[in-house]
Amino acid sequence: MQSRTLNISTSPHITKGVSTADIMRNVVYAMLPVVAFSFYAFGLNALLVIATTTVSCVVTEHVLCKWSGKESTVSDWSAVITGILLGLTLPPIFPLWMAMIGGIIAIALGKFIFGGLGYNVFNPALVGRAVLQAAFPVAITTWTPSFSADRFTHVSDALMPWIFVEPFYDAVSGATPLSAFKFDGITTDAKELAFGLISGSAGETCGALIILGGIYLIARNMMNWRIPVAVLGSAFILSGILYLIDSTAYPSPTFTLFAGGLMLGAVFMATDMVASPLTPAGVWVYGIIIGVLVVVIRIWGGLPEGVMYAILLANAISPHIDTMIRPRVYGTLKTKRKS
Amino acid sequence: MRFLGFDQKTFKHGVHPPEHKDQTNSLPIRQFPFAPVIILPMVQHIGAPSKIIVHEGQEVQRGQVLAEAVGYVSVPIHSPVSGTVRKISKMPSISGKMVPGIYIEPFPYSTQEVMKGKSIKLTFATPDEILQGIQDAGIVGLGGAAFPTHVKLKVPEGKTCEVLMLNGIECEPYLTTDHRVMLEQADDIYMGIRYLLKVTGAKRAIIGIEANKQDAADHLNSHKPNDIPVTIEVVPVKYPQGSEKMLITSILGKEVPSGGLPIDVNVVAVNIATAAEIGRLLPHGRGIQERVVTITGPGVKKKGNYLIPIGTPLRYALDQVGAADNISEVYMGGPMMGTAVSNLDISIVKGTSGIVVYTENETKKPEKIYPCIKCGACLDACPLFLNPSKLGILAKFEAYEEMADNYNLMDCFECGSCSYVCPSNIPLVQYFRLSKSIVRKRQAAKKATEHAE
Repeated sequence: MQSRTLNISTSPHITKGVSTADIMRNVVYAMLPVVAFSFYAFGLNALLVIATTTVSCVVTEHVLCKWSGKESTVSDWSAVITGILLGLTLPPIFPLWMAMIGGIIAIALGKFIFGGLGYNVFNPALVGRAVLQAAFPVAITTWTPSFSADRFTHVSDALMPWIFVEPFYDAVSGATPLSAFKFDGITTDAKELAFGLISGSAGETCGALIILGGIYLIARNMMNWRIPVAVLGSAFILSGILYLIDSTAYPSPTFTLFAGGLMLGAVFMATDMVASPLTPAGVWVYGIIIGVLVVVIRIWGGLPEGVMYAILLANAISPHIDTMIRPRVYGTLKTKRKS
Repeated sequence: MRFLGFDQKTFKHGVHPPEHKDQTNSLPIRQFPFAPVIILPMVQHIGAPSKIIVHEGQEVQRGQVLAEAVGYVSVPIHSPVSGTVRKISKMPSISGKMVPGIYIEPFPYSTQEVMKGKSIKLTFATPDEILQGIQDAGIVGLGGAAFPTHVKLKVPEGKTCEVLMLNGIECEPYLTTDHRVMLEQADDIYMGIRYLLKVTGAKRAIIGIEANKQDAADHLNSHKPNDIPVTIEVVPVKYPQGSEKMLITSILGKEVPSGGLPIDVNVVAVNIATAAEIGRLLPHGRGIQERVVTITGPGVKKKGNYLIPIGTPLRYALDQVGAADNISEVYMGGPMMGTAVSNLDISIVKGTSGIVVYTENETKKPEKIYPCIKCGACLDACPLFLNPSKLGILAKFEAYEEMADNYNLMDCFECGSCSYVCPSNIPLVQYFRLSKSIVRKRQAAKKATEHAE
């Protein structure tokens, strides 16, 4: 046999063949039904908001990479996830220039300054939303009724003010189920909640489709199932206990699960791999912290909704959870701790 | 009761790479011809290199000792062929280093009768005599580690061996060496177990076999002799179950302590082919001259399990089985832990359990390395419950002491499961290999300075 050039590499010489970009792309797939439903429920308005945040995130990531002299990381799909997620958390009649700013902030402050994908401390989409909530408190709590008759033909004027101009609202609905409950004590039917026949942010209204997306990712082994289970389970149990104590003052546990952004947050935001702990035990702790905080903020806090702050707070402590809770290494008696 | 497989005997974590064993697992072992020149490296085992005791031009007989063991952790090397020593000089080895080697040209018309040595009789020999016999036979771990078997079998003072664990797991993809040995050499295996039980003083022997070799388990069961306490355990297929730590956990539910050996949980573990070799060689006082090697992979035309003389040049072996025109990688061992060879002029040695040949089509393209996204796949894969994600980050920052002191780096046995699953293609186990050697060097240097003071 004649001599030929041999490749040399170190073992293992085979890999499973699922790349980070594959995982991110599949998360996008899992969110598509939610996006489709928000278009169906809120029409062109919601679609424009989501498109704006997505384009804004992707362009920001590309520009920042080029600006810092790095290869563009747009192809890893993570900016697309951030964009879609941010859009899904905004009201369907959110002014587009504000949405654009949200996208820029999500990528620039939420991800890029930490070092890009893999280094962000917080879920970038939630960083974007937190800034928007602080900057535009009225716009971000102004809702539109779902299933309005002209939703596929008419774009609300509220979306289109000139940049830095406050919007004028034409069709505004009173309240989301959460604010209706918080401020007026009105509960919404659980079935309406689960199938999204309500008003709310673009992507958080249809719990059933969000769960479907979550099941898809869990089945493909691309999501840690413990996080949504821990978040939803702890929120359900805590609100259930409170509901048993006083069913007039506290919302029912099913209401807690399906109203507001809890489902979207538990399935698509708390599960951000980078900002959540690594170890199974740590993940349980992290999820329970989020679930409990959501219920506490909703019931005793000043805001009707607490998912965003609950997740951001848990993101902040997740590195510490990883240092404190470690699995027992094979062949050792106790978890080794840093002294 | 079997409910959803929860009560199956196995270890936690691990991975399931594609097996690729069906290409060779039904092919009987076939004898390989002698190469025109047999080249024996003096470094075929872990420990001191053997010392050459023959000279150029000397005629040697098959089975004759060519090189002696140097010290305790070392073994002799026997001639695999009757012929003439043509040359004694440096030769390439798999590590890339040049090592001392003996070049032998076989006699063309010899009967190739094997020289007889001092027989080790099972009934009369003391454990120490058997241990000596095992060292004299040049036996090393044939699963790939190539650690001198007599060292491993010596039960230290104050420790007792309860269970002799025979490792027939063979969890590496492609390899079917041990599978065929179990199917074709049952009597040798049981003879080997008799010797091993006597040496270790173990009360019983267990043969661990993965479920993809059920036929081997059935065969061994049907040939089981009544005079020895041996049972056969079939465990689910999972990589790296062939690691002795994982095997012991799977079958006995015990954990080998961190930094310890199987004997710390009263177990001695031996590869099944090594046991067969002991059972075949010791009664006749012979040394290892040949071993079973699976030659397979997409780049091989006549895949199979071959009985190959030790020292057969790899190039000759590939010529015999027919390699594809576009071969690009050749591994000694399997694709998970095997070593890619840089040179076809190296020889098949005692530790060569398989040769896997990849063509350009299968060779892993250099993949894009993404940042760690903390997905935790490596934590779910690591059989030792280490945190490869964190270790990988620390390795990048060259925090080797932190890795060793706080994250159990030195426990890693480099199975590669973390690198196999990593979606970001981070070379985790490769980092750990380097980090471990750096830590070892630093520790040795530290010891040396302390000693000097």
